[in-house]
Amino acid sequence: MIRALLSHDLPRSKPLALLLAACFLGLLLAPFVFPGTQALNVAAKVLVFILLVASYDLLLGYTGIVSFAHTMFVGIGAYGIAIASTRLGPDWASLAIGFAAALALSAALALAMGLASLRVKAIFFAMITLAVASAFMTLCSQLSELTGGEDGLNFQLPEALRPSTEFLEEPLLGVAIDGRLLSYYLLFAAVTALILLLLRIVNSPFGRVLQAIRENEFRAEAIGYRPVVYRTGANVIAALLACCGGALLALWLRYTGPETAMSMEIMLDLLLIVVIGGMGTVYGAVVGSVLFIVAQNYLQALLKAAGGLVEGVPVLSTLVSPDRWLLWLGLLFVLAVYHFPGGIVGRLRLAAWARGRKGRP
Amino acid sequence: MLLALPLTGSPSTWLNLTLAGIAMGLIIFVIASGLTLVFGLMDVLNFGHGVFIALGAFMATTVLAALAPWATSPDVLANLAALAAACAAGMAIAAAVGLVFERVLVRPVYGQHLKQILITMGGMIIGEELIKATWGAQLIPLPLPDALRGIFLLGDVAVEKFRVLAMLIGIVVLIALLLVLNRTKLGLLIRAGVQDREMVEALGYRIRRLFVGVFVAGSALAGLGGVLWGLVQQGVTPQIGGQVNLLLFIVIIIGGLGSTVGCLVGALLVGLVANYAGFLAPKAALFSNIGLMVAILLWRPQGLYPVGAK
Repeated sequence: MIRALLSHDLPRSKPLALLLAACFLGLLLAPFVFPGTQALNVAAKVLVFILLVASYDLLLGYTGIVSFAHTMFVGIGAYGIAIASTRLGPDWASLAIGFAAALALSAALALAMGLASLRVKAIFFAMITLAVASAFMTLCSQLSELTGGEDGLNFQLPEALRPSTEFLEEPLLGVAIDGRLLSYYLLFAAVTALILLLLRIVNSPFGRVLQAIRENEFRAEAIGYRPVVYRTGANVIAALLACCGGALLALWLRYTGPETAMSMEIMLDLLLIVVIGGMGTVYGAVVGSVLFIVAQNYLQALLKAAGGLVEGVPVLSTLVSPDRWLLWLGLLFVLAVYHFPGGIVGRLRLAAWARGRKGRP
Repeated sequence: MLLALPLTGSPSTWLNLTLAGIAMGLIIFVIASGLTLVFGLMDVLNFGHGVFIALGAFMATTVLAALAPWATSPDVLANLAALAAACAAGMAIAAAVGLVFERVLVRPVYGQHLKQILITMGGMIIGEELIKATWGAQLIPLPLPDALRGIFLLGDVAVEKFRVLAMLIGIVVLIALLLVLNRTKLGLLIRAGVQDREMVEALGYRIRRLFVGVFVAGSALAGLGGVLWGLVQQGVTPQIGGQVNLLLFIVIIIGGLGSTVGCLVGALLVGLVANYAGFLAPKAALFSNIGLMVAILLWRPQGLYPVGAK
């Protein structure tokens, strides 16, 4: 049963399996185990990032192309929900319309970008996505009538998802059963389903062809697979998933703005998480996102503590200040690319594989 | 160029915009030439090129602040000396950091495109953070030396003095680059390396050294361009590198990756189109460069001057 759900792509390492189970259970029970708004917000952010990172991994890890437009699709999804809710009123039908429109726009854009640039060279794609994404972001902050400009859009959700909606009179296990909780489990269910779908995709014949093209484009083409078709396909799927992620993000935050949905920082975070978690493994997205988002929320506090220790030391104290946490992440990132190209998941699998070989005569 | 003449209305406006566009294009060319050479010769796409731009610009703020008496004196020569010192310092620090960057970050990943993008991106993050740690995250104003403010009037065409200077510097760099590339043995080796790396190695030349030299020279040019760019913008933020990087990518894609002439044409086109569009339809100006790139790629997917044998 679990084998089939995971599309026969098992963790293949005991520590990894435990880690994944811990992540899954932790997120499933987050509202009950870690009470408080702050913790629930972190958990929801983790969920959204799992989906975003996993879909980005489809491009970077499985297909071997670098895109900088992933957050653009996140933005499309988020704005789709936001604009439909503000224009058409807060009900399910308008959410559906906004979501469908966002999906359609994402697919069309991804298709156009892929066909225009993936034909030539993978490196073109990286540069073109960077250019298009920044143009799109400027567009969003300029069209202030539609998107609210730099301020973004605040909007209302359908009745059932509002925090003020109480389903039970009494709190269950000390947690109020309200619209917020329902939103969280909506996110949880959607992300779980989409991750399983993604596992299905990467382990399908289509996914195998993607990996073949990544390993040796010339050979794959010689066998009769057209790289541009498969790469564009992967690009469209990744864009659609990113769009879903953006929609979920908007549902959770009840706000969409250029900074929260499509800033370059989110793009960098995605890149960092994919590499640190492990490229070409959907599980890396899960483990990486949990570690990264939790670290991001607590690393600054840690740096503040460290800053207190080295206070007075001239150079070190500026380097350890909480504002410079991205510096340390950048260093970690470079080291990860050099020394752990497989990331956390690759490392664990390698260890398990080496142990398995030792046990055999 | 001429196409825009009837659109702008009067010949003097047109000439004005064209000169401004050429000046901007030449500055972009100074920055982008290093990037395109590094890509052509070493097959390394440096996403961290922006760091050198920012470094140059920040160094200029420090030098000009230190030489404030020179920069604000009414004497033109003292002003120019201050500016020259700023340019030299910007180039020197960018070259030094470029040397380290090549040695530490880029060298271990020759020949692996995906890792290059990731590593140079990481270098960009680290560099930007270090710049913030050194100079602070705020915008630092970078005023022009006194003698370079104001305009020359030629008939009814007004030309900013600084743009003339930037244009002159750009032309000098262009001529120097073309002379080195086309008239010297070094240039011959570099061009040969762009065409066919292995053959140059087989003939007994150490292409590694050439790589380092080109990378450092490219970084120094980026530093120089950063100084000029900062002066045009009249201020420097740590994000300046990332912003200019985008423009650079558009330029070298238009020109054809690795081609010097293509880079020049691309830079001039981008500068001109940005200026015309900024005058005709300010809102559309934000997208004019992207539009230009898409149009050219639809026409010639490899860029204007594709480099063969890759």
